[in-house]
Amino acid sequence: MIPTPKVDWLALSPTLALLGASGVALLAAVLVPEWMRKAVAAGTALAGFVLAALLAGVVFDRSPDPQALLSESMTRDRLAALAQVILALVGAAVVLLSWEERRRGSHAEYYALLAAAGAGMVFFVGAGNLMTLFLGLEWFSLSLYVLVAIDTERADSLEAGLKYVIVGGFGSAVLLFGSALVYGATGVLGFAQIAAAGAEGDALLLAGLAMILAGLAFKVSAAPFHMWTPDVYQGAPTSLTAFMSAATKTAAMVVTLRVLVTAFPADSDLWTVALGVLAAASLAWGNLGALAQRDVKRLLAYSSISHAGFLLIAVAAASERGGEALLYYLVPYSAMSVGAFAVVAARERELARPVTLDSLAGLGWERPFYGVALWVFMLGMAGFPLTGGLFGKLFAFSAAYDAGDAWLVLVGVAATLVSLAYYLNVVRWLYMRPGPELRAAPVVGGAPPRDPALAVTVGAALAVTVGSFVLAQPLLDLASAAAASLPF
Amino acid sequence: MLTTALIVLPVAGALLVAALPLTRVGSAGLAFLVALLEVGLWVVAAARFDFDAGGLQLGTTREWVESLGISYAVGFYGFSLWLAGAAVIVFAAAIGYALWAGRDRPRAYHALMLFLTGAVVATFAAQDVLLFYVAFEAMLIPLYVLVGVWGGERRLVATLTFVVYTMAGSLLMLAAVVAFGVTQGTFSLAGSGTSDNTWIFLGFAVAFAIKAPLFPFHGWLPLAYRQAPVEVAAVLSAIVSKTAIYGFLRIALPKFPEPADELSVVILLLAGAGLVYGSLLAFRAPDLRGIVAYSSLAQMGLITLGVFAVDDLGLDGAVLQSVNHALVSASLFLLVGMVERRCGTGDLAALGGMARGRPVLATVLLVAGMIALAVPGSTTFAGEFLIMAGVYGQGWGYAAIVAVGIVLAAMYTLRLISAVLHVRPGPAVREETLDLRPGELALVLPLVVCLLGLSAWPALVSQSSFPGNDPVRALAEELG
Repeated sequence: MIPTPKVDWLALSPTLALLGASGVALLAAVLVPEWMRKAVAAGTALAGFVLAALLAGVVFDRSPDPQALLSESMTRDRLAALAQVILALVGAAVVLLSWEERRRGSHAEYYALLAAAGAGMVFFVGAGNLMTLFLGLEWFSLSLYVLVAIDTERADSLEAGLKYVIVGGFGSAVLLFGSALVYGATGVLGFAQIAAAGAEGDALLLAGLAMILAGLAFKVSAAPFHMWTPDVYQGAPTSLTAFMSAATKTAAMVVTLRVLVTAFPADSDLWTVALGVLAAASLAWGNLGALAQRDVKRLLAYSSISHAGFLLIAVAAASERGGEALLYYLVPYSAMSVGAFAVVAARERELARPVTLDSLAGLGWERPFYGVALWVFMLGMAGFPLTGGLFGKLFAFSAAYDAGDAWLVLVGVAATLVSLAYYLNVVRWLYMRPGPELRAAPVVGGAPPRDPALAVTVGAALAVTVGSFVLAQPLLDLASAAAASLPF
Repeated sequence: MLTTALIVLPVAGALLVAALPLTRVGSAGLAFLVALLEVGLWVVAAARFDFDAGGLQLGTTREWVESLGISYAVGFYGFSLWLAGAAVIVFAAAIGYALWAGRDRPRAYHALMLFLTGAVVATFAAQDVLLFYVAFEAMLIPLYVLVGVWGGERRLVATLTFVVYTMAGSLLMLAAVVAFGVTQGTFSLAGSGTSDNTWIFLGFAVAFAIKAPLFPFHGWLPLAYRQAPVEVAAVLSAIVSKTAIYGFLRIALPKFPEPADELSVVILLLAGAGLVYGSLLAFRAPDLRGIVAYSSLAQMGLITLGVFAVDDLGLDGAVLQSVNHALVSASLFLLVGMVERRCGTGDLAALGGMARGRPVLATVLLVAGMIALAVPGSTTFAGEFLIMAGVYGQGWGYAAIVAVGIVLAAMYTLRLISAVLHVRPGPAVREETLDLRPGELALVLPLVVCLLGLSAWPALVSQSSFPGNDPVRALAEELG
């Protein structure tokens, strides 16, 4: 009898559900007749994401204490489970959002890759050592590289895919090299073992830490590692952009927090400063860059860079409060991000051309629901009350103030002020253009295309954005339960 | 519960107006009805309020974000109940004016006005710093659109300037709120102690100074007041500015006694400068709205003088004058709007001679104007006298500035009255230009009647604003 390692199937079930959905959708691409191929693939992907969210919820419920799995290569804890719930729900919303997207064939492949990317992220947030970390990173990155370029008839989609492969590949290589240096310094791969190896202050270890940080900063699109973000967000299919802005950021932020806190606690005085600098740079660069944008997808891309800054402020606090703030903020941020891109997608499908600010003109009056929704999302991103965006910023700021980083609070406040200029500019284009400019939409006759799946996505995003404000405490309880699974 | 109802009723009304596919008049009428109900609800609240007992009344407290000590805590003190009362009355008049004027896109317009009503009442009722911040910011959302969509020709510039100014202040306040809440361990105003941190105080004070506005933070004022729809300008100058006074009275003074004391000279000097400067600008303004707008700057300076006198007379006077100015400024702005609708312009050069054949307009404008210039016997006279007497304790120079302000107020108000009513008929005034219609009179008259009532009995407000009519002790003990 050969002894086999005990496998905790429940902890792996969200990943397996998505992997299964991906496989079925891929089979659908060849086995299912064309007329029902899209429906089968989309239905499978949706079921996979919903099932993964439910299973992750069960894992959250049943994992009060963190456990190491599979020779300590994976972790089963509430941090991973909560992140998996967020990721899976974002994925489900994106499946709905993608339903009416114009695409020449390859529908089944799109949904299969989306589920595969979801599976990779769900795996990634549970990583317990540097090997699984890299595996998860490459897993979802490779799926995303293909997805970005999936509309092969559009040149900018291909261009975006190529850029993403090159820059993303570089980021992965940096992360891998950093992992190798850390292994060289400590001789171990597991996060907890690295912390226990007692190599703090070792030059090799610090170089490795810096490179791991840089590699993750590529994924969260923090300045100065953000160069790919505007181009890729602009060129990728809009529904996928929504997925990347919400899910990739969630996964990479959670893993950044986990790696730094569990593997490098002794060097926290160094990495908190580094993160503070990254946060300030992202806030500055993202907000100033956004001011100059005309294309709404690019504008939102820069806004997501600046949000990486706000989220990093929470991570840089290196405290349980900071972890709570991060996990809380990711919820309204993901909702606002998916929702905003969904409204852009709706306009894009109506006009059949890229959405610039002037093609938003009058949207607020023509389609009141989408107008109000985008208005709320913009205000939420700017941190106005009645949206979870306010509490996200507030919790991040108070964590930073608590940790003695008052300067980050001031940088954040200044960045918020600058960001108003472009968020409110979007609202201005929605509602306040003079008569002739309001008629930017081509008169093709008839009502705009009906798209109930997209409307459901926008409605859900709106509900989460406002709901996370009213029900801040229950959500914060979940976040603090998740943050408590890290050894602060 | 009653306080919550006062906040929820207009917000629910806003959702209803936005959702129901009514006709133009139907939406506006529904909004007006909700605004009147709100006034009725406030009357009920005032009837239940025990002015002798003082302290926080009609309060509700619910935990909101326990881990940070944030709660939904609302309730009224004597002075904030009066401020809220002025607010609901002015909002009813403003919404009625919008109904009368027939604003475009009435569902959106009136939903935003009602939402603004709810936000303003919530600001006056807030007993938690974060809730105060939420309500304070929430006012900005409808205002941005109200000015930007329904404003005059240069509305986009006006609304952008307004938002950039106020948000700069608000974000400083957010930083101050975070610092205050984290160091105190709670955001509740009742549960937190005092702080001696000058920087946190400044964060609040600057935000309030911009909102009021106080000199030299008034850069947004002329454009916003001139470009906004006239009833929105009325609300801005009459009510939204008073949220800053509430902030000074409820947060800046009682929570930061030492920094407020150290910096009171600076604030008093700026307020005095604003009083004189605003009055002079009002005297020189070429248009009706300019006069009312700059007089608002002057009056806010005056009220701030009363607040930072920090003695019983000054504080009583500040609350009384806040209520007075709310009613005066709203009636003047609405009258200006009525004149502008008739003549198509607010240029003083194009107006004049409207008294002849238009007795109702002449009478109402004259009465409102006389109260505005604080003729002895009027409630504004009582308010200004209290402030002058109060600020005398800080130095006779301030009292002299107030006296100068009163003289200047007479000058610019008389200029406004004579430019509209007397002189030769201007080119914009035609023979057939109408007198006030009964509908218009019904909107302005209640405001003027309130003012006349207060003139007969100003102590109604000034003696019931603080428990036992002892404001300084109330600030120090009950609020602080």
